[in-house]
Amino acid sequence: MSTLTIEDLTVAYGDGAPVLDGLDLHIGDGTVLALLGANGAGKTTLLRALTGLVPAGGRVLLDGADLTGTATEDRVRGGLALVPEGRSTVVELTVEENLRLGALWRHRGAARRAAVAEMYELFEPLARRRHAPGHTLSGGERQMLALARALIARPDVLLLDEPSLGLAPLVVAQLLGVLRETASRRGLTVLLAEQNVTGALSVADRGVVLSLGEVVADRPAAALAADPALRHAYLGF
Amino acid sequence: MDRLVFLLSTGLARGAVLALFALSLVIVWRAARVINFAQAAMAIVAVYVAFALTAASGSYWLGLAGALAAGAVLGALVERGPLKLVPRDTPLPGMIVAIGLVMVLQSGLAIAFGPDHRPVRAPFSQRPFLLGDIPVLSAYALFVLLLAGGVMAVLALLFGRTSLGLQLRAAAFAPETSRLLGVRVPRMVTAGWMLSVATAALAALLLVPTELGLNPHAADLLFVNAFAVAVVGGLDSPLGALIAGLAVGVLVSLVTGYVSAAAAPLAVLGLLTAVLLVRPGGLFAAKEARSA
Ligand SMILES: Nc1ncnc2c1ncn2[C@@H]1O[C@H](COP(=O)(O)OP(=O)(O)O)[C@@H](O)[C@H]1O
Ligand SMILES: [Mg+2]
Repeated sequence: MSTLTIEDLTVAYGDGAPVLDGLDLHIGDGTVLALLGANGAGKTTLLRALTGLVPAGGRVLLDGADLTGTATEDRVRGGLALVPEGRSTVVELTVEENLRLGALWRHRGAARRAAVAEMYELFEPLARRRHAPGHTLSGGERQMLALARALIARPDVLLLDEPSLGLAPLVVAQLLGVLRETASRRGLTVLLAEQNVTGALSVADRGVVLSLGEVVADRPAAALAADPALRHAYLGF
Repeated sequence: MDRLVFLLSTGLARGAVLALFALSLVIVWRAARVINFAQAAMAIVAVYVAFALTAASGSYWLGLAGALAAGAVLGALVERGPLKLVPRDTPLPGMIVAIGLVMVLQSGLAIAFGPDHRPVRAPFSQRPFLLGDIPVLSAYALFVLLLAGGVMAVLALLFGRTSLGLQLRAAAFAPETSRLLGVRVPRMVTAGWMLSVATAALAALLLVPTELGLNPHAADLLFVNAFAVAVVGGLDSPLGALIAGLAVGVLVSLVTGYVSAAAAPLAVLGLLTAVLLVRPGGLFAAKEARSA
């Protein structure tokens, strides 16, 4: 159970204009927050800045502790997990090795085996392919693996970058279902970046719309889903 | 015909040393995407440590342990020291540092120990056993085969079966994803350097008694051959290094025995060129181009 607080977050690439300029956002305990916005709005940049993969000005607080200046691997060990865009399967490793890799710092010995088994229960298709090399997995399997590999470390805050991109609607529904169910069961705080607005809002408690690096709407998910003017203005449909 | 067995067995022993050194280049390539041109000089520094330890204590084994430790320490020092000072996003600066390091280490050794070849005694006899009157192999060649084979088996288990090995592989293939999974990637890079240089030190230590002796340049040719072997095996492939190393060792031995020592490098060059013509990425080129 955790909160994530973002204060005055600013990111620029090279000498360019800031992609995020003084962003403030607070995500409460156990909230599933949908982070919406068109291509180029700054969703990926925000998630990468939160995990320390891109340098950022401002502050990021995890349960009140300032993460500024800490390395990515330390933020992860502190309870922050990112499922990056593009699924990031380590294709040279098997499904099981990918899972164990995610579990290494959190679990040892029998506890690690139990954690892997738990993920196989949650994602049955992975169990059938446990010894398959990563490069043979389908897009849907890769996304399941990426999610399982993040969940296995029992993070407090889970960041996901467009998990539904390029997947069949049925697979998306399944994934988002597992995500919602796990989040509720574990009291997980989730920041779900998506262009799939309907899908994201269907599992989220709250929705935030990002446009050109700024928060232009911040409402309960149901209210946002029911606002055609806003959808039209910022989400393009 | 009566020499064939002996030539094959010494060829395998020579090939095992070559494979071991090539494997050390593969390990550091996978860990840091660096071709370590200073590998021979660093390995020879470790062999001098072994030489000094053995001379002081009378124990070959203490020297061997010292070479492994010195190799590991030197690997860590170089990775954490000079290589940290240069940009890593392109390979050239690291290469220049390595070449500079070769000069520093080799002239340092020459100043400290003199440039002469120092005879190094093998811990076992180099005279071959006879089966009837057919020479089979020497005790030292058997020792080299067993030790090199044992170390490669241990490395295979380490990389394939342990958590450390899993992190070493993941950090090499996908550093950013590994960090996102909590792997301390910089430590893994250092660990890769330590393993690599310790392995190279062992190969150089095993080689020296079969050559002219210990000298700051004693492993230079080993590096050149092992580099070719590693490339032909597929720089990312430990199995490729093993197979290509053994093949080249046996080839050199057979050509030296049946034709002449002068023809051996040509035969090796011919074999390597032929392989690269057929498989430009090496025997076991990485199949999957990485996308993420
Ligand atoms: N590595 C980078 N270098 C330079 N500009 C970048 C880089 N990554 C993203 N950008 C720019 O930052 C802006 C936001 O991109 P991004 O965070 O990927 O948005 P989203 O994930 O919402 O599509 C875009 O204008 C994009 O071109
Ligand atoms: Mg994006």
